[in-house]
Amino acid sequence: MNMLTETAVEKVLERKMTNSALKMSGTDVCVFYGEKQALHNVNLNIRENTVTALIGPSGCGKSTFLRTLNRMNDTIDSCRVTGKILLDTDDIYDPNIDVVELRARVGMVFQKPNPFPKSIYENIAYGPRIHGLARTRAEFDEIVESSLQRAGLWNEVKDRLQEPGTGLSGGQQQRLCIARAVAVSPEVILMDEPCSALDPIATAKVEELIHELRANFTIVIVTHSMQQAARVSQRTAMFHMGYLVEENDTDKMFTNPDDQRTQDYIMGRFG
Amino acid sequence: MTDITSADPMVLTAAPPRREIGIKRRYAAERRFRLYGILAISFGVIFLLLLLWSVVSKGYTAFLQTEITVPVTFTEKVIDPQNTRATNPAVLMAANYPVLARDALAKELGVDPADRAALKEVNSMISASVRVQLRDIVVNDPSVIGKTVPVKVLAEGNVDAAYKGHIDLSVPESDRKISDRQLGWIQQLAAKGELASRFNTGLFVNGASSRPEAAGVGVALIGSFFMMLIVLALALPIGVAASIYLEEFAPKNRLTDLIEVNINNLAAVPSIVYGLLGLAVFINFAGLPRSASLVGGLVLTLMTLPTIIIATRAALKAVPPSIRAAALGLGASKMQTIFHHVLPLAMPGILTGTIIGLAHALGETAPLLLIGMVAFVADFPATPLQPSTALPVQIYMWANEAERAFVERTSGAIIILLLFLLAMNIGAVILRRRFERRW
Repeated sequence: MNMLTETAVEKVLERKMTNSALKMSGTDVCVFYGEKQALHNVNLNIRENTVTALIGPSGCGKSTFLRTLNRMNDTIDSCRVTGKILLDTDDIYDPNIDVVELRARVGMVFQKPNPFPKSIYENIAYGPRIHGLARTRAEFDEIVESSLQRAGLWNEVKDRLQEPGTGLSGGQQQRLCIARAVAVSPEVILMDEPCSALDPIATAKVEELIHELRANFTIVIVTHSMQQAARVSQRTAMFHMGYLVEENDTDKMFTNPDDQRTQDYIMGRFG
Repeated sequence: MTDITSADPMVLTAAPPRREIGIKRRYAAERRFRLYGILAISFGVIFLLLLLWSVVSKGYTAFLQTEITVPVTFTEKVIDPQNTRATNPAVLMAANYPVLARDALAKELGVDPADRAALKEVNSMISASVRVQLRDIVVNDPSVIGKTVPVKVLAEGNVDAAYKGHIDLSVPESDRKISDRQLGWIQQLAAKGELASRFNTGLFVNGASSRPEAAGVGVALIGSFFMMLIVLALALPIGVAASIYLEEFAPKNRLTDLIEVNINNLAAVPSIVYGLLGLAVFINFAGLPRSASLVGGLVLTLMTLPTIIIATRAALKAVPPSIRAAALGLGASKMQTIFHHVLPLAMPGILTGTIIGLAHALGETAPLLLIGMVAFVADFPATPLQPSTALPVQIYMWANEAERAFVERTSGAIIILLLFLLAMNIGAVILRRRFERRW
């Protein structure tokens, strides 16, 4: 990408951000694992076409909150969620909401790269197939190519689409997982520490990718790395002990946070 | 920090005194443990070799059968003295065929037809199955009457045993199953090439017979085959469905815990108990026929189910949770997650468990005894509802026979059973490789 287009993108995003609607919003979200309460009355808004970073020390509830956004917590038997989470105008915990449809709208990338033990092609094509996004071979080919293009993986794998996705390097696998999430055209992509298992070069590539994806998707990312949060996000939310401590523009958060605990955490005094 | 660096440098050079931790003893213990392991394995291997040697050395001769080629003259006077066969075909069924074979052999050996004692000894060299053999020839082609045709007839069990060298000739003649004169005849015929061994196809295709030379595991093979089909068709789908439900869908509560404990216990229930259950439920209550491979298959299905369920659940548990998370995160339903991703990955484990369960069922005897599969069945069952036996039961029945020729057949049948088990286990390995090799 040259300088000109980059600034153009920035301008478009700037405009989108300023008048961006809220994509998702949590109101009084509490999460319980059995008797234990993991999240206390979290109120957090996710803006459209924005990267929102969730930071905080281990066990603070940031991953738990992330997983409430596409109801991945449903898979844990003892988990209970109260409060309200809206995606656009739909309450995602409404009994009428189909969780399958929700997860097609809110995709997810996990901490450890977890490609299916199938071909690269099949990894991407699986989501569109189960959601009926493509019918013919040509349509599938197109989705596979465009998703891999978007994930910046196309040039590396275009000649070996039929080889197993598990044979790629860690960084490539993670980008394959991102491509897989992108392939079902979600509105929001949740990323749970997507770079924690990657080396710095692969991390840089994924971060660059996040930056580009922002133009089309709303991204929520959980990260342990302050630098990463500062690099990739526009908004940052700080969690501590199950409470949302502070939510602010990333620039402000890392230079002049409102809350003392944020200051302490960013300075490395705890966590 | 500064305190430590400012300390006397001598402290750093003098290594702290090491505790005596017995490095030598540790290595000795490891060597000892390895030795125990090697001993344990050698012990097992030796007994396996002993078993195989004893079975094979006794049983390989069962795959050979001695035959006598005699030019049988189909005399009309013997077969159809009144010449009524055109109007009454039954006469061909009832004719005295053994006499034809006896006379042919006597002529071949140069025995005086008036010497009744000698004729009796000649007769006892030919298997009684010759009656059916010659009758079939005549019934199939009545034009053979009046002609002389060379026929290969089965040698009687004792002749077979003597020719294979199984009869101890140091025993006095009166205590022997075979006389010196008969031994002479055997040598005479063998020298002319009229008495020879050939591959014993009868062992594989014949049904039960009280005459060892005509006995085979054919019916037992069919019975075992039917039962394996029934077990596979019932136990695999039921077992896999039950495991998937228990592992993936069932709520974790006291009831499912209880079911799990019971399944594990059922796997350890003695197989004879399943036989009693089968007798009570399938035969006495449901009224299914006794001795039928359908009932055997059902009983073995019950017996195999816990094995398959346990293996399948272990295989499902071993699928990494990240794969499930990936599929669910993409918006796959639970069902799609399981059938598209979890089950294919669990397949090698499921197949291994199933084939081990099947092999177990193939070798099972006790429950079959109770449902009456220990029966003398000479006719081939066409359906699983007709009486049949099973391979291990056939072995059990032959092992109870006294004749020398049945001893080798028992071992021969064991070899056949072991070969089937081997083939199944090789099949399991191949299937597992195939499914695993996909990635």
